[in-house]
Amino acid sequence: MSDLRTELKQSIIEQLNLEEFEVEDIANDDALFGDGLGLDSIDALELIVLLEKDYGIKLTEPEQGKEIFISIDKMAEYIEAHRTK
Amino acid sequence: MSEGYKISDFVRIRNQRIFHGNKQVFSSEKPTQGFLKESYKFLNISYPKFHKMDALCKLGILATEVLFKNREIPADTALVFSNSASSLESDKQHRILMEATVSPAVFVYTLPNIVLGEISIKYKLQSENAFFISNRFDARLLTDYSEILLDSLKASAVVCGWIEWKNAEYDVFLCLISKEGRLSFSEENLEELYHFENE
Amino acid sequence: MKKMYLLDDAIISPLGFSVSDNLTAIRNKVSGLKFHENMRFGSGGFYAGIIEKEILNQPFSKIGTPENFTKLEKMMLLAVHEILSKNPDLDRSTTSLIISTTKGNIDLLQENKGFPEKRVYLAELGKVIKDFFRFKSEPILVSNACVSGGLAIAIAKRFISAGKFEQSIIVGGDLVSDFVASGFQSFQALSDSPCKPFSKNRNGISLGEAASALLVSSEKRINTNNISLIGDASSNDASHISAPSRTAVGLYKSIQNALKEAQITSEDIQYVSAHGTATVFNDEMEAIALNRAGLEAVPVNSFKGYYGHTLGASALLESILTKHSLLNNELYPSLNFDKIGVSKPLNLIKNFESIPLKYALKTASGFGGCNLAMVFKKEEDE
Repeated sequence: MSDLRTELKQSIIEQLNLEEFEVEDIANDDALFGDGLGLDSIDALELIVLLEKDYGIKLTEPEQGKEIFISIDKMAEYIEAHRTK
Repeated sequence: MSEGYKISDFVRIRNQRIFHGNKQVFSSEKPTQGFLKESYKFLNISYPKFHKMDALCKLGILATEVLFKNREIPADTALVFSNSASSLESDKQHRILMEATVSPAVFVYTLPNIVLGEISIKYKLQSENAFFISNRFDARLLTDYSEILLDSLKASAVVCGWIEWKNAEYDVFLCLISKEGRLSFSEENLEELYHFENE
Repeated sequence: MKKMYLLDDAIISPLGFSVSDNLTAIRNKVSGLKFHENMRFGSGGFYAGIIEKEILNQPFSKIGTPENFTKLEKMMLLAVHEILSKNPDLDRSTTSLIISTTKGNIDLLQENKGFPEKRVYLAELGKVIKDFFRFKSEPILVSNACVSGGLAIAIAKRFISAGKFEQSIIVGGDLVSDFVASGFQSFQALSDSPCKPFSKNRNGISLGEAASALLVSSEKRINTNNISLIGDASSNDASHISAPSRTAVGLYKSIQNALKEAQITSEDIQYVSAHGTATVFNDEMEAIALNRAGLEAVPVNSFKGYYGHTLGASALLESILTKHSLLNNELYPSLNFDKIGVSKPLNLIKNFESIPLKYALKTASGFGGCNLAMVFKKEEDE
């Protein structure tokens, strides 16, 4: 289970060009948006692409992203429940 | 007519070197992506968004970092940039991804004026923007338009110039135009400065 | 300071290849948005305003060889040709050419159709237009996202006011391309039905393609009413590169500065031609800007329900329609509007209306945080 969280952190750092971050810098419950990692609306769209590409999850409503992308923990929970890859 | 505007400062980025005025401030052996990264570190820029940008925008951020350092830049400083390739390098990237998975973070950079937006955000410039496309550096167009903005009080200062990223090569020449400085803002002077180090 | 008058214009769009055909369609609430098949979309296609190739080649063959020009070039050349045939005495050696486009011949990146690789460069597009009509000077080519078409008009005025030239032909155009459609799709910004600007159930843009051309001059036409551009201003939001400012700071500032230059107040504005792309964020931002500027009660429309978002052509095309609104004293309906879906009040034009008009405001915004406002005035013939 912790592998998925590490995998997610690695993907996010790479996909979102978070050059100044290492996996160790991101806590599982850190806020991804707002004051935490400071991700923005384009990052949110990239995360939606990531969900589909890496885990086969297609969001029917992009607004769902707001509940899923709260933290690494929340993302991992959602992926574990819905992944098709 | 021209009210005696001056080229207050200028920056040049080309051939793995950065010039502030006529003085070389940085050089690197690295090819483009490495050069951009090293320049960012050398200039001590602390702006994580930099890493998300495409090369055209990174070049704009590096150039304005040099140009604006230790200066108070009025919020109405207009940005009048130009190039010949538009955002073609990012366009080609998006074109490749279209065959696989499109990336919104790549697509957003497929417009040449995004670099004006990135600079505006970093320096909080709520000012006039214009991005012109021309085959070659057009000193007359840049001089005329910048003067018009200044004369009509639509801007109290202008950053004008050329910012090209084409076939993996870059060529940046940006000038800060205002009432301060010794060098007269004219088509001839702009042309001369652009060609300096361009031989 | 010289003034600038909007003399003649041309529109090449899915609603027709003459301004009168376009106006007739608009008066009758006819939209150019149709369903087009495209396997990129789960539903099998998307709604867009697209000009059929055969419909374009037929009139073009009267002025040039269709195979030698790209689709966008044919659209733009036809538009300029229309202006020149109505103004045969126009001196091309002293008339400047200003071109507006965001992506030019971007379809060539996908399939080069026998054209040289360099044709995808915007300056090449400029050269094609310049050479076709034998303009003397190098065209001024503006590529500044979706404000380009309007910025081109403002740039013309700025140069004319400064005495750099006396008249100019401004031409703007953009295509519906897979390049752009796939990008907007990744932004989740494409509507699954014809776009509904300012409406409660709006969920994105519809793309469109068009070309339009405008002849502007420091000299007005005698014995007729004239439309002039009396105020123009542009301001970046300095907020985000792909989302508009939540407080509409850039557009509000542009409106304020344009009104100031025009030496009128918001109370004088009788019609607003909005950008109204039908994304959740743009329309909300525009509603905030218009309210901040005291324009919430002024009749407002978006033309995007008729044409879709024509990108670099949009602000030019829509300014031309604004000009005709003023000349004809007509308010055109904001197509596909159902119920107000923005947090601030607006006075959307629901039905065609004849009403005396003198001052109109045109607004536009684009990626990169750019915003533009222009004030047009009708001068009655004495």
